[in-house]
Parts: sequence; C-alpha cells; structure tokens
Amino acid sequence: MNDMSRVERAVEIKQTKMECRDCHVYYGDTHAIKNVNVDIEDKTVTAFIGPSGCGKSTFLRCLNRMNDTIAGARVEGSFMLDGEDIYDKRVDPVQLRAKVGMVFQKPNPFPKSIYDNVAYGPRIHGLARNRAEMDEIVEKALRRGAIWDEVKDRLDAPGTGLSGGQQQRLCIARAIATEPEVLLMDEPCSALDPIATAQVEELIDELRQNYSVVIVTHSMQQAARVSQKTAFFHLGQLVEFGETGQIFTNPEDPRTESYITGRIG
Amino acid sequence: MAQQHITSVYDRDLEAIQAHIMKMGGLVEAAIMASARSLETRDADLANEVRAGDKAIDALEELINQETARLIALRAPTAGDLRLVLTVLKIASNLERIGDYAKNIAKRTTVLVDQPQVGDSAAALRRMAREVELMLKDALDAYIQRDAELGADVIERDHEVDQMYNALFRQFLTFMAEDPRNITPCMHLHFIAKNVERMGDHVTSIAEQVVYLVTGNRPDEMRPKGDVTSTTA
Repeated sequence: MNDMSRVERAVEIKQTKMECRDCHVYYGDTHAIKNVNVDIEDKTVTAFIGPSGCGKSTFLRCLNRMNDTIAGARVEGSFMLDGEDIYDKRVDPVQLRAKVGMVFQKPNPFPKSIYDNVAYGPRIHGLARNRAEMDEIVEKALRRGAIWDEVKDRLDAPGTGLSGGQQQRLCIARAIATEPEVLLMDEPCSALDPIATAQVEELIDELRQNYSVVIVTHSMQQAARVSQKTAFFHLGQLVEFGETGQIFTNPEDPRTESYITGRIG
Repeated sequence: MAQQHITSVYDRDLEAIQAHIMKMGGLVEAAIMASARSLETRDADLANEVRAGDKAIDALEELINQETARLIALRAPTAGDLRLVLTVLKIASNLERIGDYAKNIAKRTTVLVDQPQVGDSAAALRRMAREVELMLKDALDAYIQRDAELGADVIERDHEVDQMYNALFRQFLTFMAEDPRNITPCMHLHFIAKNVERMGDHVTSIAEQVVYLVTGNRPDEMRPKGDVTSTTA
C-alpha cells in the first residue's frame, strides 16, 4: 500500500519548469493575451487548446521569445524558466531557444542534407568537438526522433526529399539535437496523415521522459491523447487549466464545456 | 445543456438515444404497475401480458446499446456529452433489470393464482410497487430536467422501500410459522417482495446516474443500508 501511494505521488508531484505570471501580449493596439498565469511542469505534456485567434500560439511563442521577431508585438509579465527570467536583458534569445526548442505546423527542414539539418544546431552552439562526436549527436537525435531506421542509409540525401511525416520527425530530431529542456510544438501534426500523426504522438510521449513538452493543437482528440495537462484559451484569456482527464470529462468552466463538446460558445 | 452543437446531427443523435430511454422508462413503469395489479387482482391474463411485454424492453436496451456504441465511435463525446452517453448506458441496463423483476413477479403471479390467499400482503406489495414506480418516474423526470436535487431525493426515498420490505419479510415469517400450507405462497410472495426491493435499488442507481450527469460527481454520502433481513434470524 505504502509503495503504491508513493508511486502515485511521484507521478503527481512534478516540478515547475516554466512559471508564467501576469502575462500580457499586445500586437500594436490589439490586446492578444490578457493576464495569463500558468505553470508548465517538467516531464509533462501540456496541451494548449482553443478556437482560432484565441492566443494559444501567441502565448506559446512567448515561451521562447519568438514574438521578439514580430514588429509591434509587446510582451509583459514574468516568464521564468527554472526560476530565471527569460526576458532578462542578459539572456541571449539564441541560447534560450536552444533550451526551449520549437517545432512548427509545417515541416520546414533546411535545404540541406538530413545529417546537416540535425547537425546545424549543435554546430552553432559548439556542442561537438569533432566529427565523431557530431555523428553521435546526430544519430542520437534521429533515434529519439523515431526516424533513424528510415534515414540511416541516406544521411547525405536532402531533408526536403523525405515524406511529410518523415520531414516533421526530422524537424523534431533537429529541435532535440541541442538537448532542449522544453519543446514547444505548434500544431505539429496538422499537415500529417493519421499514421504519421500516431508516430509523432508516440514520439511526444517518449520525449516526455526527458523534456517538458508544450503542444498547441486544434485537434481536441490529440490533446486528450497526448497531454497530461490541458489549458483552454478563449479570447486571449486562459479560461481553464487542469488535468487532461478532468478537462475532458468534467470541465469546470461552461466555456470549456462548450468548446470541447463542439457547441457554439 | 440547452446549447446546440455546431453539428446539428450530433444533437439529433443524442436526442434519439434519450427518446429511447424515455420510451423504455414508460414501458418499465407500466410493467411494474401491471405486475403488481395482476398479483393483487389474481389476474393471470394480465400477468402473461407483462411476461410477453418484457421482450420489447429488452429490444429497446439492445437498440440503445447499439446506438450508443455508434455515437461513441463516430462522435467521440467529451465532458457533458460523455457523461450523458455513459449514464444512458447504465440507465438502460438498470431499466432492463427492473423489467426482468416485473416479469418475474408476473411469472410467480401465474403460480399464486392457484394458491390460497395469504393475508393482505398482495395489497401491501402493490403499495410498495407503487412507491417504486413513483420513484422511477421522478428519477426519469430528474434525468430529463437535469435536476440533481430531485435525483438525490429519489435516492433518499429508497430507504422507505427497504422498510416496507423488512416489514413484509417479518410478516411472511409469521404466516409460515402459523401454517405450513402458507409456505409455498409465502415463498413466492417473499421473492416478489425482494424483487420490488431490488427494483428500488436499480431506481436508486438511475437517480445516482442523474446526479453524476448533472454534477460530474458521484453522490458522496454513503447510502444507509435499509435491508436488514440478510442479518435477521
């Protein structure tokens, strides 16, 4: 009995990886994110769901300062990664994005070989001292990306020649090659068929052993399948944030209920 | 849930399943009262009607099971819709069991019409059945109106049915002790009383489903155990 409860507790108590407080985002005069507070747990998949334009992607992009690159975007509030403010002036966004990796909706491999796609990040961050070490990093990332067996005999072939599902897994391998601590995924499966989607979802679950994963998805079923925590955004606000099973069986907020059951909200 | 789904056919599917539940509930309510009346009026024809009528109840349960499985497969219901689908399945299964008990009462009635009458227990049984039928009616009303309070009230009332059963149980023991010729009819009457008491438990289970459907939580407090006969010597 005691062992059992200890195991359960180990699952339940997770360390907070990212702590976001009083977050606001403005695009010019548009108030896109309104006072969002959320804790991203370590070794957990957190799903952001909500209708188009609700701010979920905007908020996701705050987590590795991707909004810095958008003219007119203004971010307020505190975003802490392991207790350190990621918007601090001393933080180099490039270094930050090595720690907080990102995978986009459309697979976007570089017009380079499969090998170089994965080696690019480790190379610019100086993670390998020689070719042998780089080979090791590339193989490890491709294995974790669940694509190694499919590409190991053609690492010099262009990454753009792979199928859509393979390209997306290559992009995931590229994102994890720099050993990030958090992986952000913005609708990573929306351009994939069900088989490739299942492979990516299986991969997300494996990545959870080592990383904190945050995924934006329009597929409610995907959120239900892959995440342990779900956040529902609506009109720039975080309406409800809770355990995924609870959100999908007994949501507290009527707006969450309306959205996930497919009603007009 | 007054709000409509964006996909209107989803609403129609859910409404169709609930309509089947209400139809099934109506048939079961009628079966409870008809079986009790056949016992009181010693009407073998009516009893046979109840026995034959159980087929329709079983068929409706099967239909509900099929349509619910289909809806789960095609619509992947969540939240309130998911709870609705889960409770529909359980309510259908409870109604089917109540129908079986009514059928069993009718079956025993066809035996009892050839046996000497024992006291006024048939009238007491009809009153007990009437109480259960009213509880079922309220439980189904609570379901349609999404009224958790009425559901909780039904759960409370099962205690009264249990008390009625306890009283009858003692009465039958006395009758059997008085005259061994009473044993055969009393055994049947006792099974009938137990059937009605079990019906009450199934109605309670339906009412619990209503509370879960509306609130998302099971009724928390432990229900008092009203049937004490299993520990009565």
